[in-house]
Amino acid sequence: MFAFNEGLDTAIIKPVATGYDAVLPSPVKTGVTNFFGNIEDVFIGVNNLLQGKVPEAASDFGRVLINTTVGLLGLIDWASDAGLEKHDEDFGQTFGRWGVGNGAYVVIPVFGSRTARDTVGLVLDVATDPVAQHKPRRTRDAAVVLRLVNDRANLLAADKVVEEAALDKYSYIRDAYLQRRRNLIHDGNPPREIEADAEQVDRPVTAEAEAGVPRAELAPVSVLAARTESADTK
Amino acid sequence: MKTLLAFFSGLLIATSVMAQEVPPDALIKSVTNEVLDIVRKDKEIQSGNTKKAIDLVEAKVLPHFNFTRMTQLALARDWRQANAGQQKILTDEFRLLLVRTYSKALTEYKNQTIAFKPFAVKAGETDTRVRTEIRQSGAGKNIELDYFLEKSAAGWKVYDIEVGGISLVTNYRDSFAAEVRNNGIDGLIKSLQTKNKSGEATSVKK
Repeated sequence: MFAFNEGLDTAIIKPVATGYDAVLPSPVKTGVTNFFGNIEDVFIGVNNLLQGKVPEAASDFGRVLINTTVGLLGLIDWASDAGLEKHDEDFGQTFGRWGVGNGAYVVIPVFGSRTARDTVGLVLDVATDPVAQHKPRRTRDAAVVLRLVNDRANLLAADKVVEEAALDKYSYIRDAYLQRRRNLIHDGNPPREIEADAEQVDRPVTAEAEAGVPRAELAPVSVLAARTESADTK
Repeated sequence: MKTLLAFFSGLLIATSVMAQEVPPDALIKSVTNEVLDIVRKDKEIQSGNTKKAIDLVEAKVLPHFNFTRMTQLALARDWRQANAGQQKILTDEFRLLLVRTYSKALTEYKNQTIAFKPFAVKAGETDTRVRTEIRQSGAGKNIELDYFLEKSAAGWKVYDIEVGGISLVTNYRDSFAAEVRNNGIDGLIKSLQTKNKSGEATSVKK
């Protein structure tokens, strides 16, 4: 599935995004990013509420209020300038916050890297996404495509760096995804794992245990026990 | 008398250098600002001249990194399996890979600004984290960029960098471990060398 996504990206999505990036002036691209970001802020606020983070949720709804009015339907992000920071939340993170573990790592068509938990989250994300649920269908399709292309264009630089860095792109992306999600669930302050390093490995009893530390979170959980061994392979 | 004077002035210089040990946050700040100032003025780096970016990174950034520690962290328990010679080659190749990656990121630099988060190192602390943030102009979420440093005889040295919570060092752990499991330490060395060579080929093409 990873290879399928890479193929789809190389053949269609990336060339379109590259063209989009080259043709449109950057204020327009910023406007597009802000517009969809503003719609997303409602959804982020709801997830912050579900996680019990009331001040963050209040800030998210404040952002929507400011950006929808003064920011001309979200095209300008005045709220960030006013000090209301943009957050990053979704249902997968909410479940993680509630204590649900990762489950198996999978690669989903088009959407890419997910864990079992985040896949369930994704279904809810899409079901509650105002853009994906918009009617009539025609404007919805155009909006979904525009958002996808814009998101991909925003990743063009990062993509080049990953190509440079990765020994094996599949595992590099997998591990980066898992680290990133862990960081997001803890809102930027996850417990540090680096201690499983070479100096401490000399103690024979703990060596095995420590080597298992970075993957501890990957242990299948009962809630999402749909662990498909084959899903973790190319 | 003359020699005594030379001795004392030498001592004076030595102590003043020691007293000037740069605190970790000031170090990160000055290196970041210096490097970005150069990138902002350098049209060649901006248009993707990786070679030039690498020279810049080697001159300004490398002296503040501890690559042996980084390689140890990336290899985790496999580090012990490697003999001294292999450890040296692994460190050199991993250094090259990280430098190439870092340099590539610099050529993609547009006009983001870096914000430095409040920082205080406690007395006697030898391991610390300096938090910074990449602010994108106009749109998008800020990206956290954190440096982990440890104190050594030669001052504070960076041993890990996290971008948005993704460690540039430990992110290699699983792929390195898999490579060692399948092809041994020499297999890992070989795949690092192949990777670095392919990188050179593409940057020459540009």
